[in-house]
Amino acid sequence: MTAFLTIIIVLFVAVAIWQMVKIFDLAQVGDDANTGVATDKDNTMNGYLMIGFLIFIYAITIASFWYLGDLPLMSNSASAHGPQVDNLMIISMALIFVVQTITQFLLHYFAFKYKGEKGKKALFFADNNTLEAIWTIIPVIVLSGLIIYGLFTWSNIMNVDESEDPLVIELYAQQFNWKARYAGEDNTLGLANVRLIDIDRANILGLDESDPNAQDDKITTELHLPVGQPVLFKMRSQDVLHSAYMPHFRAQMNCVPGMITQFGFTPTVTTAEMRQNPDIVDKVANINKIRIENSETILASGQDLRYEFDYLLLCNKICGKSHYNMQMKIIVETQEEYDAWIKEQATFKNTIN
Amino acid sequence: MSAHADTHDHDEHEHHHKETFVTKYIFSQDHKMIAKQYLITGTIMGVIGVLMSLMFRMQIAWPEEPNILFEALLGKWAPGGVMDADIYLALVTIHGTIMVFFVLTAGLSGTFSNLLIPLQIGARDMASGFLNMVSYWLFFLSSVIMVISLFVEAGPAAAGWTIYPPLSALPMAQGGSGMGMTLWLVSMAIFIASSLLGSLNYIVTVINLRTKGMSMTRLPLTIWAFFVTAIIGVVSFPVLLSAALLLIMDRSFGTSFFLSDIFLQGEVLHYQGGSPVLFEHLFWFLGHPEVYIVILPAMGLVSEIMASSSRKPIFGYRAMIASILAIAFLSTIVWGHHMFISGMNPFLGSVFTFTTLLIAIPSAVKAFNWITTIWKGNLQLNPAMLFSIGFVSTFITGGLTGIILGDSALDINVHDTYFVVAHFHLVMGISALYGMFAGIYHWFPKMFGRMLNKNLGYLHFWITAICAYGVFFPMHFIGMAGLPRRYYTNSNFPLFDDTANANVIITIFALVGGAVQLVYLYNFFSSIFFGKKTVQNPWRSTTLEWTAPVKHIHGNWEGDIPHVHRWAYDYSKPGHDVDFVPQNIPLKEGEEELQH
Repeated sequence: MTAFLTIIIVLFVAVAIWQMVKIFDLAQVGDDANTGVATDKDNTMNGYLMIGFLIFIYAITIASFWYLGDLPLMSNSASAHGPQVDNLMIISMALIFVVQTITQFLLHYFAFKYKGEKGKKALFFADNNTLEAIWTIIPVIVLSGLIIYGLFTWSNIMNVDESEDPLVIELYAQQFNWKARYAGEDNTLGLANVRLIDIDRANILGLDESDPNAQDDKITTELHLPVGQPVLFKMRSQDVLHSAYMPHFRAQMNCVPGMITQFGFTPTVTTAEMRQNPDIVDKVANINKIRIENSETILASGQDLRYEFDYLLLCNKICGKSHYNMQMKIIVETQEEYDAWIKEQATFKNTIN
Repeated sequence: MSAHADTHDHDEHEHHHKETFVTKYIFSQDHKMIAKQYLITGTIMGVIGVLMSLMFRMQIAWPEEPNILFEALLGKWAPGGVMDADIYLALVTIHGTIMVFFVLTAGLSGTFSNLLIPLQIGARDMASGFLNMVSYWLFFLSSVIMVISLFVEAGPAAAGWTIYPPLSALPMAQGGSGMGMTLWLVSMAIFIASSLLGSLNYIVTVINLRTKGMSMTRLPLTIWAFFVTAIIGVVSFPVLLSAALLLIMDRSFGTSFFLSDIFLQGEVLHYQGGSPVLFEHLFWFLGHPEVYIVILPAMGLVSEIMASSSRKPIFGYRAMIASILAIAFLSTIVWGHHMFISGMNPFLGSVFTFTTLLIAIPSAVKAFNWITTIWKGNLQLNPAMLFSIGFVSTFITGGLTGIILGDSALDINVHDTYFVVAHFHLVMGISALYGMFAGIYHWFPKMFGRMLNKNLGYLHFWITAICAYGVFFPMHFIGMAGLPRRYYTNSNFPLFDDTANANVIITIFALVGGAVQLVYLYNFFSSIFFGKKTVQNPWRSTTLEWTAPVKHIHGNWEGDIPHVHRWAYDYSKPGHDVDFVPQNIPLKEGEEELQH
């Protein structure tokens, strides 16, 4: 019944808007001058509105920077390659900002300045090779710079230097959670395939029990990383596509069933250090203020009211119903803390039934 | 090269065959009627698509709160008025599918290619009126199937409009991957057949049926855009069809093209040896050209309207054609930029970064040429012109962020966040929609013989323009905070709590922007019947469609087809008393045709 009433109400609102428009429309019936073609008066009005709209574009730009301008994806990266990415991002953004400001100005200002008047004649100006050469060559030069910078950064990130002896960790995705598998003493992950999964025997990741490398592997539900140590992630998925997204580390790679993908980086800032970072302190304070305002709903949902900063691994490829809550906490800590933690984790050999 | 209006053609036209209601309005083979059919079907699909977006925007703004509208419209998918997570993904999926394919491909290209190709090149009709009719009815059938898929038991397709397997392939993985996905695939297969028939017809018509004097370098830019769009469609749509067929095989006949090593709900599935990455390649081989299939016709319409409304020739006609061709060529070799982090070889990522960023060059040329076109013009700010200026504005704003997303090193971090959503909605969603609106306001008199109310048009444009920026501009910043798209609610991530207010504001802009489309719908439907009668050439344009009588006649022109003597952009040409010289007016003695 409420459903029916709601539909009726929505229909009435639609009809009301419709009728108001109709009144507006009918009010102009006697107006024979309204042939549907713009008059000088229309041109003038819309010309001024163009300037108003230009101001609106600038205003929404400024407002967005003012309220949402902490841009966590451009500052305070927590990985060795992060600052390179951030630099490239800042350069690209600055360029975009300049081009956007100028071209929007020209477009809207011309629309205002050259608004039509009866009797005026436009300039017959069909072509100018010099002008066109200029605005072909300038983008070519600028983009060449960006392409070269981008490609160096990209190959720098994607080429994992095996000689640095990275810590090998598997990220294992399934609907709708993450697991991490540490390679153990030998730093070599044991062979695995989802066909070997045996839930009854607690072989939840499908490790090959006969592989000696698998025996000392450790499976965890939190991701701990020692600071300053290069890490090489090997990604696997059990069911559908997922994407391992670690925004603070400027890292992301899809997890694809049937293949192993990889991504490597070196974390440079521990969780404890990041919590002390003035920008993060501000951000957390702001978030906590918002949370207190909404405390009722947050407490009702069973979450902690107070937010404390943590690095996160998020799923960033649509993977089904609970995609929106597929996350794992990442903790970056000192080598000693990490050693102590990893020692407490049980090896595969000891957990299998 | 151009075909002559031979006498046989003429005779056929003179000889009026009686048309029944069915052959005139339903199974019509007349390109003008088919254009109207495309437009109205596209409009209805557009209303559905926009309503869906408003619903999921309300869910994002006020997550998990009971909403009486959800209860009314979603029924069992919103128990107690709280939207279900499954239906959220379905809404997102179907919104994308409908807007990209049914509104901005069929609704935009289908309408205006059909209306303008014969009229602007000086042809009696399309090369094959029958194929044209079949093309429309296949589109209609696919629309009906897509709408039916919304009502199946387990829910409509919900794997995102990109329908990546295995999620889309396994009914166990998601409710929407059952019957809903089957219908989605069937609907799309029929849609592709429709699109291919249409495209072939457009290509053949443009090549063969141009009137005497209409050389390729005298064609209006609209025709160039439709022509090149049709070629891209013919090259890339079959690849999506093959992807859809292989996916149907995987789903229903146990093959393993895209699937391998899957453990789901306690059992190992038999699939072995396939790869989801293969599907991504096949999908984006169409999927990327598709955005140009959407935007090129809009560019063509806008170029034409800008010249006509500025009373100035389009600036750099040849450069405009060259950039259309360059964009079309590049569009087929950039698909990998959707897959930088798909697990494909990083070297390929480098190649696709290079080709992708190259597209910025022809795009920049076009933008500068449009701006120069209005420079020192005598701008007639009709609603169509406002939408054209709006098009250039959103195309620039949305296009510029492409140099971030096209750069593989930067894409790592903004991939699949709201930054991407903001980018593609501005550059191909809103821009193409503006192109479509511009086209409708401009050619409505040609289609229906009546004018749209310009004051309602102004109201429609200005509120839409403000809302479009209000929705998508702050969205870049939410994306830059790392918020992933397609999340049913963000409340499980306190990290993103500071974006919640912005999401509310975005939704309010979206609701207002959605409501103001009612003004447009009113204007559109009431003007069809009650609008002011139009004169033959209300915008004082140079192209051939305005030399045809207002009343639609089979064969377009009484008597002979006009011959063409000049290019399409003789506006404000020195030496003429009026500020436009139609293409069918012979050159004056001593007058030189511009060697543009």
